[in-house]
Amino acid sequence: MSVAAPSASDIRPVARSQSLKFYGIWVIVAIGLVVLPVIFSSGGSLTSFSLIGIAIIFALSYNILLGQTGLLSFGHAVYYGLGGFAVVHMMNAVAAHGWPLPLPFIPLVGGLGGFCFAAVIGWVMTKRAGTVFAMISLGIGELVASSSLILRSVFGGESGITTDRTALPHMFGWSFGPQIQVYYLIAFWVMIAAIAMYALTRTPFGRICNAVRDNPERVEFIGYDPHVVRYLSYCFAGLFAGIAGGLTAINFEIANSAYLGAVQSGLVLFATFIGGTAYFFGPILGAILVTYLQLGLTSLTTVWQLYFGIIFIGIVMFAPGGIAGILMMHRPLLRAGTLGTVIPSYLLALLPTLVLVGGVILGIETIAHYTASQGEGNVINLFGIPFNATTPSTWIIAIVTTIGGFLVARMTWRRIVEAWDRAARGARDQGYLA
Amino acid sequence: MLELIVISTLNGILFGMLLFLLSSGLTVIFSMMGVLNFAHASFYMLGAFFGYQLTKWIGFWPALVLAPLLVGAVGMAVERYGLRNTHKHGHVAELLLTFGLAFVIEEVVSMIWGKSPVDYRVPAILDFPAFTLFSTNYPAFKIFMLAVSVLIFVVLLIVLKRTRVGLIVQAALTHPNMVAHLGHNVGRVFMVVFGVGCALAGVAGVIAGPALVTQSDMAGLLGPILFVVIVFGGLGSLPGAFIASLVIGLVQTFGVALNGSLASAFGPLDPSLGPSVLSDIWNVTIAQIAPILPYVLLVLILIFRPMGLMGTRES
Repeated sequence: MSVAAPSASDIRPVARSQSLKFYGIWVIVAIGLVVLPVIFSSGGSLTSFSLIGIAIIFALSYNILLGQTGLLSFGHAVYYGLGGFAVVHMMNAVAAHGWPLPLPFIPLVGGLGGFCFAAVIGWVMTKRAGTVFAMISLGIGELVASSSLILRSVFGGESGITTDRTALPHMFGWSFGPQIQVYYLIAFWVMIAAIAMYALTRTPFGRICNAVRDNPERVEFIGYDPHVVRYLSYCFAGLFAGIAGGLTAINFEIANSAYLGAVQSGLVLFATFIGGTAYFFGPILGAILVTYLQLGLTSLTTVWQLYFGIIFIGIVMFAPGGIAGILMMHRPLLRAGTLGTVIPSYLLALLPTLVLVGGVILGIETIAHYTASQGEGNVINLFGIPFNATTPSTWIIAIVTTIGGFLVARMTWRRIVEAWDRAARGARDQGYLA
Repeated sequence: MLELIVISTLNGILFGMLLFLLSSGLTVIFSMMGVLNFAHASFYMLGAFFGYQLTKWIGFWPALVLAPLLVGAVGMAVERYGLRNTHKHGHVAELLLTFGLAFVIEEVVSMIWGKSPVDYRVPAILDFPAFTLFSTNYPAFKIFMLAVSVLIFVVLLIVLKRTRVGLIVQAALTHPNMVAHLGHNVGRVFMVVFGVGCALAGVAGVIAGPALVTQSDMAGLLGPILFVVIVFGGLGSLPGAFIASLVIGLVQTFGVALNGSLASAFGPLDPSLGPSVLSDIWNVTIAQIAPILPYVLLVLILIFRPMGLMGTRES
């Protein structure tokens, strides 16, 4: 990633007001996590929050590899899944033997599971970086996923292994049966894991990881072995992925081989990259968005994964910094006060872009309904407007809005670029880096 | 036993040649552009589905020519409008683009043709047993597949080694700037090479479709094996890809054909021990672990020869 690597000069003693601001953010997030279920107390939203929390830990752990160390892994779900299985076996063992280990500590077991496997396999894997590493991670991912179906006694075959989270020793009188208690457990671990991972990026080790990402040769010259750094980074990523997997196992009270699979690895890559790998909060945004979309879109459309793929390709091609990158691009303009000159061109581009998006969605949905129903009459309800997939007018509307929207939107996009250049120049003149 | 060996060898070489049709394109694209085309297996799948659809409309033989051309056109469009624009963001972005593309292609295919296998049949003219070997009828279509793969292999070799076009392509692999200075449009060379690589994958899809299952998950099943092949052979090495294709093809075919397990070799475990990891390993047959054998080979080669069989490139 070429985007915005924090350099060593960023580390300097911070003023008291700044450190107050820094700790303030964490405190606000913590209070937000506590208050959230009070505001949205329905069962559905509690489940969503729990899943989002787990996705945040998982995506942050992935960013230790992709964003911090520059390792593109296609098999990160291996550690997530193994963490889940470690937790399920531990929970069953605790319940069977009556060990005094309450549930809140159990996710650590998952982390340990992920860490140990990463420590065993990681040394071979991290010998090479770049494309070779990506291919190897894919191969190892497939190896573990396929092996999990063979080793039935450990992984439970197709059906997986179930557990009962209420059978463990209670803590503060909480049985962790109700979803709200599980939510708070997950929220607690989200805080712990996020703080730990943020702290990790601030350590000398975190900085060396960035250096290995940007220039491994130079790192070797100053006396570090990039292989060792990559290996340690890989182990940490496995640790936190294992915690995320363990929380999932607690949340669903089951672990199965789907946790280890390529789909899960793909999703975490999507979440992390869509959110943005260059900033710590990027994967958090991505995890929230992707999980939310996943939960929301599955009920709306059968081809939700296609939309994921299209969003992902769009981000890779036009905004490789992800959502966080787009947001942070505006910071210097905001500081210089030139942001106002860009806003009108954004508003102008909004309508044609929405028309384009609407046209693409209508086209995809029309094809999906048409092929699914084999040409029989089928009505699509899009934004409250009914469309019939078999009538030619629907197809024509889809084509016209897509092409027309694209042509008009492209003009407005050019305006954005021009307005942006002017605003950025203004910001640069005032001494704000842009 | 001899029958098993002969038939499995034939099938293994066939599967290996099929893998080579895919891995050769992937390798040439990789050594030229530094891009590992994650969507390569998806182009193979597109070939199979285009072949199926065109066979339904205009027959198998025109489809055999048209479907790869279509796939090649899709590939060129991807290079021209996707990869070329992403190039400035680096190789990781390019790899991610093709990853997203593989995802989208799979979704589009399952959206249009459904998730269940389509009825892509062997053309009637090739639907007869070519010869009978120890009581097993060997289908003529498989011989046809083998012939097509070998033919393309030979043509590719001649084009790359003996023609002017091949010379330019080879030069553009190592010295793109010099080739551009000599007046060749390197961008177009890249586009055409990418298109040809994808078209080769398309050919593989058209001829493999009737013999294997044509389904929207076929790219996802073959893709990882393909990457094992090119890492095993050494990234960027065409001879390495050839050997690795054959090795993986043979290993997988023999693996599926053999039915032995530790239990059958050394006798069953004491049943009083109950189910455990040991009993899982003891009772699993070679046929069951055949799908993971390529990945085991991958791990082994990484430990003992990290750059692959014939690889030189450090990346």
